[in-house]
Amino acid sequence: MKTLLPRLSQNRAAVWLGVVLIAIVLVALPFVIGQMGNAWVRALAFACLYVMLALGLNIVVGFAGLLDLGYIAFYAVGAYMYALLASPHLTSTFPWIAQMFPEGLHSSIWLVIPLGAGIAAIFGLLLGAPVLKLRGDYLAIVTLGFGEIVRIFLNNLNAPVNITNGPQGITLIEPIRMLGVNLGRAQEIFGLRLPSVYLYYYLFLALTIIAIIICVRLQDSRLGRAWMAIREDEIAAKAMGINVRNVKLLAFALGATFGGVSGAMFAAFQGFVSPESFILNESIIVLAMVVLGGLGHIPGVVLGAVLLAIFPEILRHTVVPVQNALFGQVIIDAEILRMMLYGMALVLIMLYRPKGLWPAPEHGVNPASRVGVAAAGRA
Amino acid sequence: MSTTAPDHVLRVSGVNKRFGGLQALADVGIEITRGEIYGLIGPNGAGKTTFFNVITGLYTPDSGSFELDGKPYSPHDVHRVAQAGIARTFQNIRLFPDMTALENVMVGRHVRTKATALGAILRTRRTLDEERAIKSRSLELLEYVGIRKYADYQARTLAYGDQRRLEIARALATEPKLLALDEPAAGMNATEKVALRTLLEAISRDGITILLIEHDVKLVMGLCDRVTVLDYGKMIAAGAPAQVQSNPAVIEAYLGAGHKAVATKVA
Repeated sequence: MKTLLPRLSQNRAAVWLGVVLIAIVLVALPFVIGQMGNAWVRALAFACLYVMLALGLNIVVGFAGLLDLGYIAFYAVGAYMYALLASPHLTSTFPWIAQMFPEGLHSSIWLVIPLGAGIAAIFGLLLGAPVLKLRGDYLAIVTLGFGEIVRIFLNNLNAPVNITNGPQGITLIEPIRMLGVNLGRAQEIFGLRLPSVYLYYYLFLALTIIAIIICVRLQDSRLGRAWMAIREDEIAAKAMGINVRNVKLLAFALGATFGGVSGAMFAAFQGFVSPESFILNESIIVLAMVVLGGLGHIPGVVLGAVLLAIFPEILRHTVVPVQNALFGQVIIDAEILRMMLYGMALVLIMLYRPKGLWPAPEHGVNPASRVGVAAAGRA
Repeated sequence: MSTTAPDHVLRVSGVNKRFGGLQALADVGIEITRGEIYGLIGPNGAGKTTFFNVITGLYTPDSGSFELDGKPYSPHDVHRVAQAGIARTFQNIRLFPDMTALENVMVGRHVRTKATALGAILRTRRTLDEERAIKSRSLELLEYVGIRKYADYQARTLAYGDQRRLEIARALATEPKLLALDEPAAGMNATEKVALRTLLEAISRDGITILLIEHDVKLVMGLCDRVTVLDYGKMIAAGAPAQVQSNPAVIEAYLGAGHKAVATKVA
């Protein structure tokens, strides 16, 4: 494997062939998986959203080494931003807004994506600024608190002025319309019927690919090196003239943008948001995706996110039928089994693959490992 | 740069630093002339590293005036000091252990380069050009300190002496006006020390002013143009090495007041 990979990457044609093959698979995937029902395509679309979340969190945790347990807050910010800008909630609550927009609030995707990214980035800075001097456990606790604060605000901002509609959440959120296509309705293209979930899957896939490209480019840049440097030794990084404060804030802000965009897409896809979607458990699942896949390693993070996002769907479709077939009744609920298997998977990963399923390859040459091999060969 | 550049690269005076009841530095000051190798010596606990940390911004002094290249600078932010032009190494080497040797030096270029996050995402021509320049300059610096062949090795896998060299290369990458080395010879064997000395002489010849904190008196005496001796946070002598070496206060600080009596008894 190790000798194969570099040879492959030297051969441009082979690389392009690989890219084309992967593209064909990704485009054809919903048609294959969709045979089993649209729920599976829906799961794929959600997997894309989770990949975006995991990639964003990976910038903060993986690249810059700042543990963030409240990341889902940015997802919430993006989701509520879209919900407010593309539902009748604001116009029906505030007459003056209804006057300003007699046609109702409709927002173009070309506005929503930059706005979602921007607002999430501002929240990223709001979180980042007070925690600059914290590390490790302390940072984890404060970020966890931040995530909860955002959720509790959303839960309670229905009085005295009803902004978020509290625990009931916001309903009737419009689907995305882009290039004249309403993603909420099935479309006919070349005689192929594409249900709404397929369209969302393709949109999310495109955004995910953009997210991956952004991450790769950031990692290989001057900024990526600065993040790595502060992760490895903050004092030495400062002594090299790196403005640690700004570089950390940039990690928080850029990481948050992925969450914001992903959240806006989530709101459009679901048509409904409520604070319940943004509980601590979600933050932990996204963190688990990053750690399980391979902290700081982009392909690993993508793998971890896809596995953990698809896994519950597989269980949902297998647990009940299998138990019915075996015992004639359902003994363990799918949800309970899921948590148990999650726990077991995490323990096993920590024991046998502590750096994740697909960790970053050893960076650079490590002569020690080669000397070891040579010595073993001689003996 | 200009012909009117001041003679003094670093001029620091009246530095006081107190840790609780301990006066770690009392009215310490040095003036380092352009192009020289300046030594700062003293017995253990004399305040050398404290002084070093104060001028590089790691510790906040209680008082003192600080001037680099004729311009006052404030030693309150470590990264600003590096921006102003003092690059340092650490007594117990602080490399970025999991990054390659080349990447370590490339981090040193950070402070003199400008590429933004947006430039990196869009891969603008300017960013790509800058990135290429960073890499080629960093390789040059590795060549300069003699570890070009280890460019792709993880920093933590380098031999001890090479790690020291890498740290110096990383510091040089920031284009310092003053290169400040905190006990670079600590833990080195005799061969490594000779090689280090050759390297420092070469750096000095190439016009970079060096401040050296060192335990190894032999190295300091051979290498430095001028030295300052610290003891209990006070300057007890300053001047040319030979002069300082014969200063009774210095001998007393290093060997103790009764050393003559002991010496005669033994004889």
